[in-house]
This record gives sequence, structure tokens and C-alpha cells, in this order.
Amino acid sequence: MARRILPEINAGSMADIAFLLLIFFLVATTMEVDGGIARKLPQKQPLNQPPPPKLKEKNVLQIAINRNDQLLVEGTQRVEIKDIKQIALDFIDNGGGEGNKGVGRCDYCKGNRNPSSSDHPNKAVISLKSDRGTSYGAFIGIHDAIGQAYTELRNRVSMERYGKSFQALIKQQKSDKSQKLKDKIKTIKELYPEIVSEVEPTGN
Amino acid sequence: MSKFKKQKKGLPPISTASLPDIVFMLLFFFMVSTTMRETELKIIQPNLPQAHDVKKFEHKNLVSTVYIGKSVDPTNKGDVIQLNDKIARVSDIRTFIYNNREKLQEEEIPFMTTLFKADVKSKVGTIADIKRELREIDALKISYAAVGRQD
Repeated sequence: MARRILPEINAGSMADIAFLLLIFFLVATTMEVDGGIARKLPQKQPLNQPPPPKLKEKNVLQIAINRNDQLLVEGTQRVEIKDIKQIALDFIDNGGGEGNKGVGRCDYCKGNRNPSSSDHPNKAVISLKSDRGTSYGAFIGIHDAIGQAYTELRNRVSMERYGKSFQALIKQQKSDKSQKLKDKIKTIKELYPEIVSEVEPTGN
Repeated sequence: MSKFKKQKKGLPPISTASLPDIVFMLLFFFMVSTTMRETELKIIQPNLPQAHDVKKFEHKNLVSTVYIGKSVDPTNKGDVIQLNDKIARVSDIRTFIYNNREKLQEEEIPFMTTLFKADVKSKVGTIADIKRELREIDALKISYAAVGRQD
């Protein structure tokens, strides 16, 4: 009987304790999630390596950026960053000839089939040359524009083949780990492989 | 008379019994949705460039972050590199990566990514120097930190 009349524990200070913890977490933690543009560096070459096979000039799109963040495409044409996406699109999707690994003509390309531009998306190389004084913002701007061009092409070919954009496939990969989906993504990446080469920056 | 007195007392105080519950709820929300601040910046908070397709990292322990920007200390001119908690030189990159590798399993090493958190105004040359070092030690996966942009 005596148990019934035990006094209740005073919970009035509970709120204070909880507030204290809450403020600690607010101060000591951050909400941001890191994200970035993923790239892969080329492997280190041994010293007495035979020189790499020469690429045909028409299969290389040269983009140069100087220390004042001015752009030059193919050594002659002066352009702005916003034009890079269209230039890259036209270049990659040109499909003027036969591709590597005996894949023949590019039957999914919708470009101009200009014989003096790239042969096939899997041969098309975008070469980015910068100066040591180039600002990082402009440099990323070009990378982003090239990335956008590839994303657009991949989305298009993915829509045609699977009725879904490439970005939707990538998103789906989070919940769906099936081999079929993986193969789809791999196929599309092979149709438009992202080949961007960075030239060692000039100047000092 | 007694009736009159009672009315003067006014409204009863609002019960604060559910306050701890509310605060705990907030607390748990913050505990779950945030991550611990890891490093204290010795450079001015870098203003990251904007980009359209930004890939988020799934495994945070595989990422080593290199900060590049202006030093907080105004006497230190030019771009500076910060690794962990200190300002470092390009030649320290190797040790930094080796140290991070030691914390990981052998099979995870090829998936290690170096994340550049660089200010938009920093120079490509600084980053090129770091990339050259990374190539030397075969840490080939890199990522340029950027904030997402929609348009």
C-alpha cells in the first residue's frame, strides 16, 4: 500500500537537459553532403614508354583556356563558356565515319555527318588545355559544359532504347541492383563514352 | 465573496509537460540528419563552383578532402592547401594519402577518391601540381567539389 504514495519524479528539468543536447548537436554538426564532378586521372607512364598512337586531328576537339579565362576552340575560334556545350554536342554526335572496335558507322548519332569532324562517339576526344593562371571556376565551368553535353546525348539514346532517361536509370540504381539495369547503364556509357583529356597546364 | 476571488486567479498555467518530448524530437532529428564537423578550416571558406551534374558520395570514409583557397592569415599570399587541420605543401600530399590508405582495407584502396574543395578564384596550376603528385602515387580517382545548379 505504501508504494502507491511514492512521489512522482520531477521531470521539469528534462526539457533543459534536452535543450542542452540539442544545442550541442546544432553547433557541432553540419548538414552539408559533399558532392562533386568525378574525373579519373591518367595512369603514370613509365619513362621509356613508346609514344601513344597519334589520333587523327578531326577526332580531337581542342579547347584551350588562357590565364584571362578566354576560350579558344580548335586553335582558331574564340567562344564563350556557354557555347561550349553546343560545340561539344555537335562534335561528339557528328558520326562522320567508322568507330573503334569495328562498330561501324554510328547509327544512333543525329549529327551532321561532317567528314571533317569526329568519326564516331567512341573515337571523339575532347582535349582541354589550361594555363596555370586559369581560374578554377572557369575550368570547372568547361568540365561541367562537357559533362552536360554527354548527359544530354546519353539521355537521348537511353530514351530511344529503354524509354527512360539515363539520369532516371542512374537514380533507379539506388533501389534496383539488378544485373539488367547495370547492363543498360553500361551499354549507354559505351555508346557515348566520356573521353576528356586534360593537357598539363602551360605557363608558370 | 469566495466566487469573486476564484475568478481573479485567471487562467491556469500552460502545461509544459510535453516540452521535453518536443525538444527530444528535434534533438533526434538533428542527430540523424547531420554529420560531425570534422576539420576546422584554416583557409577562408571556399566558394565552390556551380555545376549541373554533381555526384554525391556514398561512402564518406573513402573520401580524402583537400582544401584549396586563400589563407585566413593575410600575410600568407597566394593559394594555400589545407590537409586535415593544417596548411600543407604540395609535397605533403603523398603522406596524407598514404595515411588515409592505412585506415582502409586493401580492396577498398582503388575506390578512394580525392575531393578538391577549391575556391572559384584559385588557380588551376595549384590543382595541377596536386594532380601530378596523385598520379605519382596512383591515387587516380578525383572529384571537383561543386554545388548543384538547376536551370
